[in-house]
Amino acid sequence: MSTALLSLAHVTKAFGADMALDDVSLDLAAGEFFCLLGPSGCGKSTLLRLIAGFEAPTSGTLHLAGEDMAARPPHRRPVNMMFQSYALFPHMDVAANVGYGLKGLGRAGIAARVDELLRLVRLDGFGRRRPDTLSGGQRQRVALARALAREPKILLLDEPLGALDRTLRDETQGELRALQKRLGTTFIVVTHDPGEAMALADRIGVMDRGRLVQVGDAATLYERPATRFVAGLLGDVNLIAGQVADRTGDIARVETGLGSLHAGVQPDAPGAGAAVVVALRPERIVLGPADTATDAEPNALAGHVTEITYLGDRIRHRVRMADGSEIRATVAAGGQAPAFAPGDAVALGFPPGAATLLPA
Amino acid sequence: MRTSGRPAVTRLVPVLPFLWLGAFFLLPVLITLKISLSAAATAQPPYLPVLDWSAGPEGWGTFLEELDFANFETLANDALYRDAALSSLSLAAIATAFLLVVGTPIAYAMARAPARVQPLLVALVIVPFWTSFLIRIYAWIAILKPEGLLSAGLMRLGLIDRPLELLNTQAAVLIGLTYAYLPFMVLPLYAVFARLDPRLRDAAADLGASPTRVFWSVTLPLAGPGLMAGALLCFVPMVGEFIIPDLLGGSDTLMLGRVLWSEFFSNRDWPLASAVAILLLILVVGPLVLFREAETRRTEAAR
Ligand SMILES: Nc1ncnc2c1ncn2[C@@H]1O[C@H](COP(=O)(O)OP(=O)(O)O)[C@@H](O)[C@H]1O
Ligand SMILES: [Mg+2]
Repeated sequence: MSTALLSLAHVTKAFGADMALDDVSLDLAAGEFFCLLGPSGCGKSTLLRLIAGFEAPTSGTLHLAGEDMAARPPHRRPVNMMFQSYALFPHMDVAANVGYGLKGLGRAGIAARVDELLRLVRLDGFGRRRPDTLSGGQRQRVALARALAREPKILLLDEPLGALDRTLRDETQGELRALQKRLGTTFIVVTHDPGEAMALADRIGVMDRGRLVQVGDAATLYERPATRFVAGLLGDVNLIAGQVADRTGDIARVETGLGSLHAGVQPDAPGAGAAVVVALRPERIVLGPADTATDAEPNALAGHVTEITYLGDRIRHRVRMADGSEIRATVAAGGQAPAFAPGDAVALGFPPGAATLLPA
Repeated sequence: MRTSGRPAVTRLVPVLPFLWLGAFFLLPVLITLKISLSAAATAQPPYLPVLDWSAGPEGWGTFLEELDFANFETLANDALYRDAALSSLSLAAIATAFLLVVGTPIAYAMARAPARVQPLLVALVIVPFWTSFLIRIYAWIAILKPEGLLSAGLMRLGLIDRPLELLNTQAAVLIGLTYAYLPFMVLPLYAVFARLDPRLRDAAADLGASPTRVFWSVTLPLAGPGLMAGALLCFVPMVGEFIIPDLLGGSDTLMLGRVLWSEFFSNRDWPLASAVAILLLILVVGPLVLFREAETRRTEAAR
C-alpha cells in the first residue's frame, strides 16, 4: 500500500438517483494543505462528511493511515471537522464548546488545554462567553479551536471563511495557512472560491458534478487545466474550437475559425484529426498596433477593439475577430492610459507555450 | 379608500382575545370566587348572601360584610382536602414523570424517522382523538379489570397465576393518565426534536461523543423548552382530572376533581365546591407562573 495518510479509492456516493460523488480517487500526504474546489452542489461537503464518517460510501474504500475506515463510526475516527456555519453548541459557553471533545485530562488539565487553544486562536478571556454573544469572526475561531482540541490527524474545514466579510476573509486566510504550517496537521478545506483555494492550498482538487476532475497545485491548474471546466473556473479564458492538423515535437498546429494556431502540447495530447479547444488566458496575449503583425510570429491574428475596460491593475480589451468571434486580451495597466480606443485595428499574438489544448 | 372603512374593525381585533378571556375566563372565575366566599343555604340559589341590586350602596356594604373565608378555613383544617390536594399533585407529578420517560423516546424516534413518514407518525399520534375520550377510558376498564384482557393474557402466557388487582387502584389511575395525556407530551417534544439542527449532533459525534453522550449532552438540553412545555401541558390538567380517577380509581382514590364533584353534586355545597375550584386554580397556576419566571430568566441570561 501507499504511504498516503488518507487514501480514497473509487468512492461513489448516491442519494437515490443523484450521484453526489462519482468514482473519486485521491491520496493525501501527511502535513498537506489540500483544498476541494468546486461550485455549490458539486459534492464537496458530501466528500468531507464521508471522510468524517457521517456518510458511508455507496461503493469504494477509504483508508486512513493504512486502516480501512468502513466500519468506524464518526466518534472513533481520528479526524475532526469544522462545520459550515460552525455548529457551535448554543447552550454551552466557549470553554465548554472547545473542551467538549477533551477526555482523560482531568478537570484542571482540560481547563489548561482549553486556555491554550483559546490563546492559539487569539480568544483568551472569552471562555465564559456564549456563542450567540460573539461576532462571526470570533465564532469561526471558536469552531477552529474546538476542532483542533483533539489534535486530529486530519482537520476537515467546510467553507471555513464563507460566512466572513471580504476583509476579514483575506486576513483569516493568512492566519489559517500560518496555523496549518505551524501545527503540521493535514488540512482539507472546502471552498467554492478559486481565489481562496489558490491562496490557501498546497494542492487543489477541482470537483465538477460529483467527479474529481483535476488535482494539482495552483499553477498547474491555472496554466495546464485538464478540462474546459477547470480552465474557466480558475479565471477568464479564451476557448477557440478547432481540429489538430499536425504535430511537430511538442507543438501542435490547430485549424480554427481564426486560421492556423500553434499550441504547446504534452506527449500524451491528442494527435492529428482530433477535435480540440485551444485555451488561452487573456493576459498571455500580446496586443499591438495593426501593422506590427508579422508572419514571423507563429500565432499572428488581427481584429478590432470593441470595448475597453479599466480594471485598476489591468486593462481588458474585447477584440472582434475576422470570423465574428470575440477574444479577450488584458494588459497590465502600469499607470498608463489605454493604448487603444474602441474601433482600433489591433494585432494579437501569443507564443505557443501560452496556449493549452483541451478535449472538445 | 382603505383608511375610511377599516380602522374601527382593525382597532377591535387586538381587543378580541381580551373580550373572549374576560367573558369566558375572568367572569366565571370571579363568580366562582364570590360563591366560594359565601355560605351554603337550602334556598335557590343554594348559597348566601345574594347581592340585592335594588338596595343601593348600603346593600353592597352588607353584601360585602357577609362574605367570609369560612370555606377556605374548612379546606385548611379538614385533612380530607389537604390529602386530596397532595394526592392530586403527587399523582399528576408521577404521571408527568411517566409521560416524560415514555414520551421522549417516542418523540425522538418520530423526529429521526425518514422525512416521508413523519407526517404519518404525527397523524397516528392524533388519531385516538377521533374516538370519544370516555369510550377510550371505558376500554381501559375492560383491559384492567380482573377478568379483563391484561390479566387473561398474562395468565394464558403463564406469567401470573391469579388475576391482577389493578382496576380501582392508583396504579390504574396512573396508567389511564399516562395513556390519555401521551399526545400532549409527544407533540411538543416532537416539535423541538424535529427543529434541532442535525449538525449539532454531528459536531458532538465528531468530537468523540458516543450516541448516548450526544443525546444527554446536546439533544436533551436543547429540547429543554419542549420538555417543560410538554410537562406543563400534561401536569396542569391532570391535577384537576376527574373522569380518569372516577372511572379507573375506585372509591379510595382521592383527587381534587372528584372531591369537587361530590361537594357540588352529592352534598350540594356550592360554596365549598367553589372553594375547592379556587384552590385547584391556585395549585395549577403556581407552576405556570414559575415556568414563565424561569423562561424569562433564561432568555435574559442568554442575552
Ligand atoms: N443527505 C442528502 N440527501 C440527499 N441528497 C443529498 C444529501 N446531501 C447532499 N445531497 C445532494 O448531493 C449533492 C452534493 O451536495 P453537497 O455535497 O452538499 O455539495 P457542496 O457542498 O459541494 O455544495 C447535491 O445535489 C445535494 O442535493
Ligand atoms: Mg457544502
